[in-house]
Amino acid sequence: MKSLAELKAIRDKMQASVNVRDNADDTIRVVVGMATCGIAAGARPVLNAFSEEVAKRGLNNVMVTQTGCIGICQYEPVVEVYTNDGSKTTYVKMTAEKVARVVSDHLVNGNVVEEYTIGAVAK
Amino acid sequence: MQELSLNILDIAQNSIRANASLITIEIIRSTAENQMTISIEDNGCGMSKEKVEQVINPFFTTRTTRSVGLGVPFFKMSAEMTGGSFSIDSEVGKGTKVTAVYVLDHIDLMPLGDMASTMVSLISVNPDIDFVYRYQYNDAEFTLDTREVKQILEGLPVNSPQVLVFIKDFIEENTRQAERPEIE
Repeated sequence: MKSLAELKAIRDKMQASVNVRDNADDTIRVVVGMATCGIAAGARPVLNAFSEEVAKRGLNNVMVTQTGCIGICQYEPVVEVYTNDGSKTTYVKMTAEKVARVVSDHLVNGNVVEEYTIGAVAK
Repeated sequence: MQELSLNILDIAQNSIRANASLITIEIIRSTAENQMTISIEDNGCGMSKEKVEQVINPFFTTRTTRSVGLGVPFFKMSAEMTGGSFSIDSEVGKGTKVTAVYVLDHIDLMPLGDMASTMVSLISVNPDIDFVYRYQYNDAEFTLDTREVKQILEGLPVNSPQVLVFIKDFIEENTRQAERPEIE
């Protein structure tokens, strides 16, 4: 049986690393719709993929969070990206596979992945 | 919904919206009783008797973006289509407990699915809420309590990537062990 004792080793390792993230650094917010519509359409793997990808790249300025239904259920899973310049991008019909590209192109390099946005998909 | 763990994730969203600080998710599987009970209990704002009646109706929602609310009706249906039952106990100011009972050998029983991912999703974006996940399979059981996890972490964030990986492994491994047949 796996026990919480192993967590102590993880804690010690984390305490030794200086790079503990601080919410004050957040400049980008990734918001995943987690209402019934989003969950049924596959929001859970999308949310977890964002958390994993952001962690893997050590992006300390990105916060991944959730929201309820924003009213465009036919486009779920929906992900909104807010950057500190005040802009908002709405990605629709997201999948875990699409997440890596949004993270590398948009969150890291600042280039919106136009083909995944609501503007491109809703045409 | 393709698996019950997604229904559970969805119902827990209602507890989050009800401003709960503690959410307890319990799954009790008994082969002898041919039954599985899933409950989601919170200490959120609770509901009046009238509101409890309303949330079972798919055409009721507290949301303003549109006029249907399918989360509770979906969960209720998942239990009732196996010949099981569904109930909501709620008290204003105290909290809500949603319970679904399933008949295990019924052909319409959906798979429980990936509970580890459901718990990781909940914990990753709600670090300030405490979660208790208890899984019982016949005589074997285990519990994950984020209050215990946080105590060990001594102030480090419970949603740090390393901790979330640990929580996922913890649930997956202990579930496998609990479900292992007694005679090997």
